[in-house]
Amino acid sequence: MSRLLRMLTDLALARGVLRARHPPPEPEDHADPTRYDAGAPAWAELALVVLLLLCGACFAAFAVLLALAGDTQLLGATAGGGLALLAAALVLAGLRVAPRETAVEPREDAPEPEETAEDERLLGAVADGVSRRRLILGAAGIAGTGAILAAAAPVTALGPSARVLDESPWRRGVVLVDEEDAPVLADDLEVGAFITAFPRGADKRELGSPVVVVRVRPDELELPAARRTWAPEGLLAYSKICTHAGCAVSLFRYPTYEPGSSPPALACPCHYSTFDVRRAAAVVVGPAGRPLPQLPLAIDAQRQLVAGGPLSGSVGPAWWGTRRS
Amino acid sequence: MTPTDPVAFVDDRLRTSRPLKAVLRYVFPDHWSFLLGEMALYSFVVLVVTGTFLALFFDAGTSEVVWHGPYAPLDGAQVTTSYASALDLSFKVPGGLLFRQTHHWAALLFVVAITLHLLRVVYTAAFRKPRELNYLVGVLMLGLALLEGYAGYSLIDDLLSGMGLAIGWSVSMSIPLLGGAISTLIWDGPYPGGEAFLPRLFIVHVFIVPAVLAGLIGLHLAMIVRQHHTQFRGPGRREHNVVGSPMWPGYALRSLGWLAATSAVLVLLGGLVQINPIWQWGPYQPWLGENGAQPDWYLGWLIGALRLMPGFDVTAFGRTLVPNPFFGGLLFPTVVFGLLFTFPWLDRVAFTRDRAKHHLLERPRDNPRRTGFITAVVVWVATVFAFGASDRIFLALQISYDLQLWLFRALFFVAPVVAYVIARRWAEGLRRSGAHPLRGVQADVVLPPRQPADARVGSDAARREG
Repeated sequence: MSRLLRMLTDLALARGVLRARHPPPEPEDHADPTRYDAGAPAWAELALVVLLLLCGACFAAFAVLLALAGDTQLLGATAGGGLALLAAALVLAGLRVAPRETAVEPREDAPEPEETAEDERLLGAVADGVSRRRLILGAAGIAGTGAILAAAAPVTALGPSARVLDESPWRRGVVLVDEEDAPVLADDLEVGAFITAFPRGADKRELGSPVVVVRVRPDELELPAARRTWAPEGLLAYSKICTHAGCAVSLFRYPTYEPGSSPPALACPCHYSTFDVRRAAAVVVGPAGRPLPQLPLAIDAQRQLVAGGPLSGSVGPAWWGTRRS
Repeated sequence: MTPTDPVAFVDDRLRTSRPLKAVLRYVFPDHWSFLLGEMALYSFVVLVVTGTFLALFFDAGTSEVVWHGPYAPLDGAQVTTSYASALDLSFKVPGGLLFRQTHHWAALLFVVAITLHLLRVVYTAAFRKPRELNYLVGVLMLGLALLEGYAGYSLIDDLLSGMGLAIGWSVSMSIPLLGGAISTLIWDGPYPGGEAFLPRLFIVHVFIVPAVLAGLIGLHLAMIVRQHHTQFRGPGRREHNVVGSPMWPGYALRSLGWLAATSAVLVLLGGLVQINPIWQWGPYQPWLGENGAQPDWYLGWLIGALRLMPGFDVTAFGRTLVPNPFFGGLLFPTVVFGLLFTFPWLDRVAFTRDRAKHHLLERPRDNPRRTGFITAVVVWVATVFAFGASDRIFLALQISYDLQLWLFRALFFVAPVVAYVIARRWAEGLRRSGAHPLRGVQADVVLPPRQPADARVGSDAARREG
């Protein structure tokens, strides 16, 4: 334990600072590492020939198979096999056939101080005999800033302004339709059911469009007082786009067994943010920072599901200044 | 001068003989760990070759077409041209699927190789003066490799890439103050983006990032050649020399063999082991999702960080200021890359106080506190990475997600400390015993570099007593 503490304090205090070290001494051996062995054993030369011939055969087979539109496995096996044989041939040539040599090469050492000084004098020569150096430098700075601004300005042409982010097509009275544009009927959904719905006539790919509709038993609901009327007959709708990172909340856990089991919840498969559908999609577990926006539902005369109003908050991943509800 | 002598022909015109001789006699120190960087380079070569082939067929468009082909479940489906052309590459272009899968495997290996190479460099202190600049170029390339991979698998417009892009959009939106504006600029409108978005991503993937990467690789190699390789201590090896195999003939043949071997493994994987079967995911729509979705491995630490973060946004007056994805998606990688970028200076301040130039490498044991620190950071990131697979852990081991969440949140803080202690003690033990971690004690032990061995034993003994 005391060792642990000592190491922690070492780390915290960066104690190495206090124990300055010196560069390690040069090793003091007098070994001469150079060597040169030439001459290849007969087996190595023969093996090299065999490997190269097999390699050529493999590549030829690949070419024929490709021309015949052969299947991927055969193509991979022939091309990969050819490359593997080539690798073996090259390594064999390098290790056993060509001369083996260990050489010593000197390393260029520290720069000569005079040379560095000469470089600095030459670079400084640009200002020889110039008296208004600061003024010129300042003017150059202004020119540079202008050039950077001019270069950066076209970036704003890339996309529209961020104001478009808060829009959603849901309004009071908009009919919920499925992927094939057929209206969603209240009686099509049993308790525990889970479907995806869209606002009729809107662009389905817009993040504000897709909602999940689930049905739970009305007596399970624990919605806040202001939302009591939003879930007729236990039918609930929430935005399908996760408020954490924008994936589709495409898992619905509806317990089929009774007390003690987890609450009915929607979950996102990307980072497993889990939302309790009975309690206005409150976050049960996971990284999401706010509930899924809820869509108030109503049932019209033809038993079709319609929106009772807009979504309760902004859809999907947030950004600086997004309204939370 | 006869036309049959190409060396003399070129030399006569370009005076190449002196630089050529320098190249042929350039010495490479021999150590297996120096092959990791080469593996990254050769994966990049495979990526460029296969990527060029793919670019001849791929059409990064968002206009809708009806796809027809031999895969029955999608025959007649309304899809974007991006997805349709990726399907064509998989089902119709001869060898197309081989190239697509090899390209994907090469992307995975590229980042594996860069990561292992980075670990080799930090554990052996190869980043020290005079190599700080080259280290920075390397870390920059790691960042670009992650971006390049993400851009690549996001292009196809299948369900998996769409889910990844939704997360990318959310992380981009979470940038304080500017998130909304930046995201709508990049995406050409609100998510899922305007018509310009996929073509833009395509140019980023096939031109901008690869061109920058190629330039940085050139710079990386040029700086290596300028400074020569580092080398481990050994007989005759000094700060002012390089001992090893000359470029020609031995090293060039072996290295080309390594290129062929890397390519062989990738092509065999591409042909025989299925990866990213986009036809199974189906086309992307914002309202569709898929359970068990996982990104490519090198983004696992980011999905882990996003999942691990407790559920809150920073809010004020009923408005969100900093949304949750900021912490896992931006802050965490910024901290990790901040550590990586500043490490040569951090190392100097915290562990060595050493401003001298070094060409001889250290072994991990030679600086136990540095080794402990690196291991702590690696374990810290690995913990987050492991939680990125939490749904898979649940399926495999039946450990409930909620329990894992709390377990990994605790490990996030505890694991690096434990890793530091264990790695440091391990390094100290090795330094004392002189044993090789894999081979045990051997006769030709190289003396620890900092001070004579008996002095160190003495000081350790003194510390134990004190």
